[in-house]
Amino acid sequence: MALDRWIALVILAVSLSYGYTAFFLMDAGLPPFMRFNPIWPSTFPKVIAVLAAITSLAILLGFEKKPADSDTDEIDFSRLWDYNIGQAVFLLVLMAGYALLLRPAGFLLSTLLFLVISAALLGERRFVILVPVAAIAAGGVWYLVQQTLGIYLSPLPTFFN
Amino acid sequence: MLDGIWVGLSTAFSFSNLLMVIGGCLIGTFIGMLPGLGPMSIIAIMIPVAISIGDPSAALILLAGVYYGAIFGGSTSSILINAPGVASTVATSFDGYPLARQGKAGKALTVAAIASFAGGSIGAILLMIFAPALASVALLFHSAEYFALMVVGLSAIAAFAGSGQVGKALLMTLVGLMMATVGEGALFNQPRFTMGILDLQSGFGFITLAMAMFALPEALFLVLDPSRSNSGGSSGDIKDLRITKAEAKKIAPVIGRQSIQGFLIGVLPGAGATIASFLGYAVERNIAPKEEQAEFGKGSVKGLAAPESANNAACTGSFVPLLTLGIPGSGTTAILLGALIALNVSPGPRLMIDQPEIFWSVIISMYVGNVILLILNLPLIPYIAKVLAVPRNYLIPFILFFTLMGAYIGQNNATELLMLVGFGVCATLLRFANYPLAPLLIGFILGSMLEDNFSRSMQLYDGISFIMERPMTMGLLALAVILVVLPTIRARRVRKQELEAAESD
Repeated sequence: MALDRWIALVILAVSLSYGYTAFFLMDAGLPPFMRFNPIWPSTFPKVIAVLAAITSLAILLGFEKKPADSDTDEIDFSRLWDYNIGQAVFLLVLMAGYALLLRPAGFLLSTLLFLVISAALLGERRFVILVPVAAIAAGGVWYLVQQTLGIYLSPLPTFFN
Repeated sequence: MLDGIWVGLSTAFSFSNLLMVIGGCLIGTFIGMLPGLGPMSIIAIMIPVAISIGDPSAALILLAGVYYGAIFGGSTSSILINAPGVASTVATSFDGYPLARQGKAGKALTVAAIASFAGGSIGAILLMIFAPALASVALLFHSAEYFALMVVGLSAIAAFAGSGQVGKALLMTLVGLMMATVGEGALFNQPRFTMGILDLQSGFGFITLAMAMFALPEALFLVLDPSRSNSGGSSGDIKDLRITKAEAKKIAPVIGRQSIQGFLIGVLPGAGATIASFLGYAVERNIAPKEEQAEFGKGSVKGLAAPESANNAACTGSFVPLLTLGIPGSGTTAILLGALIALNVSPGPRLMIDQPEIFWSVIISMYVGNVILLILNLPLIPYIAKVLAVPRNYLIPFILFFTLMGAYIGQNNATELLMLVGFGVCATLLRFANYPLAPLLIGFILGSMLEDNFSRSMQLYDGISFIMERPMTMGLLALAVILVVLPTIRARRVRKQELEAAESD
């Protein structure tokens, strides 16, 4: 089964559980006075759930004809392992790590680390240039966001505050 | 009216006010390039500065410059790194980014600058002439009509779907609508589909989703396949800055049509620049000749010019209800309304009579802002486009960093960043399977507006009778059906013609 039909299957499962919530669980918590309304919080989700289930089923069963010309520009999923999949996964892990570190380690340190590690991962070896560029970028963005725009970003690790 | 224009001209062209426009345009352009900081947030940030100036005309002139600069800056990041920071520039990235990848970033930015200039200028002229009359038309639009207008906007997805893709595009729209229902809606004070997660109480963040759908998969593709980053403008030189005569001829009617259409949509409070840009793209794609239609989404200058001019004209149009009725039609004009009130100006029907110098200097300053923006940006474009010549080892970490920042600044919430990564992985998988991602985002943006207006008209009419009772709703819904059906009919007609031609041979 091709990837697009696997995805249609996943979306079908999601829309079924979404629809189950809309049809059977949501209305239980509805206050009595709202029951006289012509529209309930679950009305719109019910409509979407039904439509989404039908559409994903249609794709899953392959009712629609495949487009004749496939885009050559895109990456061929069946040859995924020939690409730099390791780098991509590592970058994603790094982004998640940045999200978790941002509060405890502060903006400046975590940004510096993120930029340096990800560039090094992609093959950059001239650290003499890389580290100052990353430091200037981290400092510059922090200055712009915090000092000029007034949006709070804690710059330093929590134990310094 | 001529007196008023004269007063406005003399105010706008004083030396200090010209400096205000220039400064505003520059600030707006550069901050607007950061995804996550759209015109709305930049204007909000600039309000204290504007108020401290004291003179309402000068303050408004500064804000108008910031506004136009921010819109152009937002288009820049959509075109160069496929990271639309504002909903209204999402449609810009459909054709702007493919152009940039073909090494025509300079040309794409030039087309965008000229299209926004024309859209804004034509909008300003229309505003000058029709503002009083249009105000009364805008009042005719009730929630039923808004609902129908959203349906028209969503049916525009038929324009994005190629052959054999209609089902996938529809499914993605529905997924977007589903995601829009997560969290606490405006009409029902009841959290929905949050699965007990507190961070989902306010729903998914728009910027998070926009970054996850467009910028992140693109960056991951660049990582996966290093040859991608070298396609097109490999050596870093920006070719094709100029627009050829043939291209100018191609985009001129598009700009004209979309400026007027965008302006009219912008006049309706609540519809705004986002719908104008999507509809502009869809309409132009549908009326384009067959061979040009295939280019849409792969780097068509028409597909770039349409949303850009519609977006800018709509932004100008949204000033109609603000200045004539005192009703802000969009988030940005709502913030401007706040600034006006802080400056002791109360917009409304009396503004034109009581303080004509303010009314006219706003309109003239829009025009001046547009001209200055064009003069400032055209020479800057080669330098802005150089962003793409940054070595890959630096470009990718910075794109990832800016997507993270965009999501973080908007919500100030680290969980948002984890969601960004999660959605980014999903979006990349969807792209592998050839699912179009734009409909998902459109569904998400229009979803809550669609539901609110639908619910409101259901409550007003106690059922769905409003569809029959309001002719304008009926007409718009009919238009939506035509938008969906038209591509199919056209394809069938072409096939028939080919058959007939084959038979006659």
